[in-house]
Amino acid sequence: MNASTITIDILRYRPEMDEKPFTQSYEVPYSADLSVLESLQYIKDHLDSTVSFRWSCRMAICGSCGMMVNGVPKLGCKVFLRDYYPKKVTLAPLANFPIERDLVVVMDDFIDKLESVKPYLIPEKEKDLATGPHQQTPLQMEKFKQFSMCINCGLCYAACPQYALDKKFTGPAALALLARYNRDSRDNGEAERMKIVNQEEGVWGCTFVGYCSVVCPKDVDPAAAIQLLKVDSSKDYLIGMFKPD
Amino acid sequence: MSKRKPYVRELPIDWWLKNAFYTKYMIREGSSLFITLYSLILAWGVFRLSQGEAAFNAWMAALHHPFSIILHLIALALALYHTVTWFSLAPKAIALWIKGKRLPDKFIIAGHYGAFVVVSIFCLIIITL
Amino acid sequence: MSNTTEKTYTRSHEPIFWGLFGAGGMLTAFLTPVMILITGILIPLGLIDSKHLSYEKVHLFATSWYGAAIVLVLVALPLWHTLHRIYHALHDLGIKRGRDLQQVFCYGFAFAVSIFVFTLLLQMF
Repeated sequence: MNASTITIDILRYRPEMDEKPFTQSYEVPYSADLSVLESLQYIKDHLDSTVSFRWSCRMAICGSCGMMVNGVPKLGCKVFLRDYYPKKVTLAPLANFPIERDLVVVMDDFIDKLESVKPYLIPEKEKDLATGPHQQTPLQMEKFKQFSMCINCGLCYAACPQYALDKKFTGPAALALLARYNRDSRDNGEAERMKIVNQEEGVWGCTFVGYCSVVCPKDVDPAAAIQLLKVDSSKDYLIGMFKPD
Repeated sequence: MSKRKPYVRELPIDWWLKNAFYTKYMIREGSSLFITLYSLILAWGVFRLSQGEAAFNAWMAALHHPFSIILHLIALALALYHTVTWFSLAPKAIALWIKGKRLPDKFIIAGHYGAFVVVSIFCLIIITL
Repeated sequence: MSNTTEKTYTRSHEPIFWGLFGAGGMLTAFLTPVMILITGILIPLGLIDSKHLSYEKVHLFATSWYGAAIVLVLVALPLWHTLHRIYHALHDLGIKRGRDLQQVFCYGFAFAVSIFVFTLLLQMF
């Protein structure tokens, strides 16, 4: 092997001509500061213009370039060839999602899950614009800020065996997002959202594998959000026994 | 006409062997098999206790069998693995806020280990009293 | 997806089992290693004299009200932890058929052993 190149295997799938995905290898000039995303751009520009992948910001903000890098869900822009060189890099579309084409996956279910948790402030009563903004102390913000850092990249769904086993499970990012709104002092929608949490496919689909929090590129820690919601749901269950609604 | 034809990958039955993180998760869950066995051995001990001294002593004698000791060594290793994983995940289910800051995970984990050592030594002392 | 009608949500009864799982898991994490060490290793190897776990001593303990309660918790509670994990591990292993039956068997087993030990302790009282 030439010392200045690295092998990149890509799981390809072209729906108009392939029955099932197959692996194609590319040789890319190696440099220590090249990200996996940049190596894909090199392939598209110089070797094979038919390779499809999603990307936008190149700086771990947009959440578009999630993919399996040697079997681990990662953002292509946040992982570098030097982490694997001289071994080869194997790229595949995010696990647990249907493949649209090459490294592009169908994320519709993920987006539906995010929408399903009522991810917006539900204030106790509508405030007049004239009365000014909702006030919040730094401490009140600290209680939910971590869970609001999600960039909807889907890595946690690719890491979650429970989502893999049962697509009905609401999943890590959506539940962390739910926790983010439940913990917001300006929000009064907890009672509505607890109905989502309390379901089998709510927090109770989770067995605390914990890999979601490991792969999260923004340190959101969905596993912690879900555990805390399990405690909340248990309290809600006890209250529900004495005060059925 | 749309050329869309999303391809759904099947989850292999041995998915938990394909990634070290998942394998460790399954060992954690699997520790429960040996802990179940240990609880059953103790339950049997209570049963033999209720049958009188001879029966209880026979149960105790059975624990001296090399096979039993090996079994308990495996159970001990897995029980300790459960302890380690339980303590490492404990901070995630605990949100302690002190003066506007969340208590760092390492303090919660250290507290658990401290209590574990105290409880274990206490048990070893109390049994020999 | 723009659903304007409110979905119907079904509450899970998992909190009961999760509560027992958590309590059992906590007990198992703190006490099971030292218990195994004492009853399964140190006493059989003679490193702790077996007179410390003699019939008289254990019987006296198990027939006191607090001793009986401790024995019941130490023996039975870990099962509510482990059988919960086994139930979910069956799903992880892809055994999707008869989940209701699996649930009845797993938690039923923990319940049956709990009652078995409880009855024995009551009988010895």
